[in-house]
Amino acid sequence: MSALRRFWASTIGKKVVMAVTGLLLVLFLIGHMLGNLQMFVGADAMNRYAALIKSTGELLWVARAGLLAAAVLHIVSAVQLTMINRAARPADYAKREPAVSTIASRTMRVGGVVLAAFIVFHIGHFTVGTFHPAFSHTGVYGNVILGFRSPWVVLFYVIAMAVLGLHLFHGAWSGVRTLGLAKPSPDPLHRKVALWIAIAVWAGFTAIPVAVFLEILR
Amino acid sequence: MSASTAGAAMHLTLHVWRQKGPKDAGRMVQYPARDISPDMSFLEMLDTVNERLVESGDEPIAFDHDCREGICGSCGLMINGSAHGPMKLTTACQLHMRSFKDGDSIWIEPWRAKAFPVIKDLVVDRGAFDRIIQAGGFISAPTGTPQDANGLPIAKADADLAMDNAACIGCGACVAACPNASASLFTAAKISHLGALPQGQPERKRRAKAMVERMDLEGFGGCTLFGECQEACPKGISLDAIMQMNRDYVLASATAVEEKVHADSA
Repeated sequence: MSALRRFWASTIGKKVVMAVTGLLLVLFLIGHMLGNLQMFVGADAMNRYAALIKSTGELLWVARAGLLAAAVLHIVSAVQLTMINRAARPADYAKREPAVSTIASRTMRVGGVVLAAFIVFHIGHFTVGTFHPAFSHTGVYGNVILGFRSPWVVLFYVIAMAVLGLHLFHGAWSGVRTLGLAKPSPDPLHRKVALWIAIAVWAGFTAIPVAVFLEILR
Repeated sequence: MSASTAGAAMHLTLHVWRQKGPKDAGRMVQYPARDISPDMSFLEMLDTVNERLVESGDEPIAFDHDCREGICGSCGLMINGSAHGPMKLTTACQLHMRSFKDGDSIWIEPWRAKAFPVIKDLVVDRGAFDRIIQAGGFISAPTGTPQDANGLPIAKADADLAMDNAACIGCGACVAACPNASASLFTAAKISHLGALPQGQPERKRRAKAMVERMDLEGFGGCTLFGECQEACPKGISLDAIMQMNRDYVLASATAVEEKVHADSA
């Protein structure tokens, strides 16, 4: 136990926790995105897919608990590391230009906050139905169509998914590196893979609200 | 006082961090730097400005320097927001004034990190790096006089990796450039250097654990892979070293090598 606590106390230990939970969440997002694309197959396909997930019963709750635990650990380690990192530079430079860091890397923290807010809204919107105008526990397809009637909701989803894409790009490649799983290289393959995962997840998730808004899906 | 070399003299404006001592609040002060030769090194330019400050009865600007050949790691200035200035793979002492234009304003600041407190003006205390080395950046076994080359076979790739990481001069540019003031690149270079060689194997896990814990204890931030350190490093240390450090640290933690690092030994 003491060895575990000591590991968690270190910046690398927290970063490893953030990387492992982050990569698990990336895998979930890929599956979630691919499942959602059945919106384009049709109402029956989507509703059957939703019913299939619901039919797993306790397993569904195990998966939900796992995702929640991953998200909580991810956020706690991120908050603690951010505090350590801020404290490490009490006085900043009068002049400082970032040389090579990407927008994705520099928006990880603010993006994380946006995504946390989005997840709360999204669960209230399409899982619990609190933020939904006419929620039905059996008609997922209809929920999506009605849920994206509001241009504000569509706008929020589009922005949140752009933030998600950036977060995924830096998170996926740096997570692999944090765990020391990549081959040493100045132009590593996992960075390109991370970019394509980020683009695919962003495009897949953004397509649905936009398609509903443009009445391609109805 | 005209420039002694062929290049046309430059007139510059310096904005320099002045701080009387560790307790002083400090502030940016503007100085004219007239008749600067483009062939001067950056530190020679500061020497020239300092001579004039002394002549006019002012306190010269304090800055660290020693070999002025780019190999000792003493100099370290944040020049226009870049560690060691605009030239890649170059220390401040090897930067020349031809990298600037006549009429330029140049901002000169000390390394900024909680773990590198300012002693005076542009001089910071990099003792934290020494303490990271003391925690494990060495090999305890006496190895005697140098043995014959190839007496101890080391694969070419390992020898190259060790040499690339041994190039670290401990200047602190990585900490200065990192938005988190993280010492990951420095610590990782040392861990990767010794960890690549057979002599470094017996203490490899203990070393990784002790050096990482010392690094955290000194108040450096963590790595978020911005990549700014690699860009700023005058010796071209690769981010890949950090991957090796993380691997060694995770492995050492998993196999629970218990050796406490104490805060009071600082």
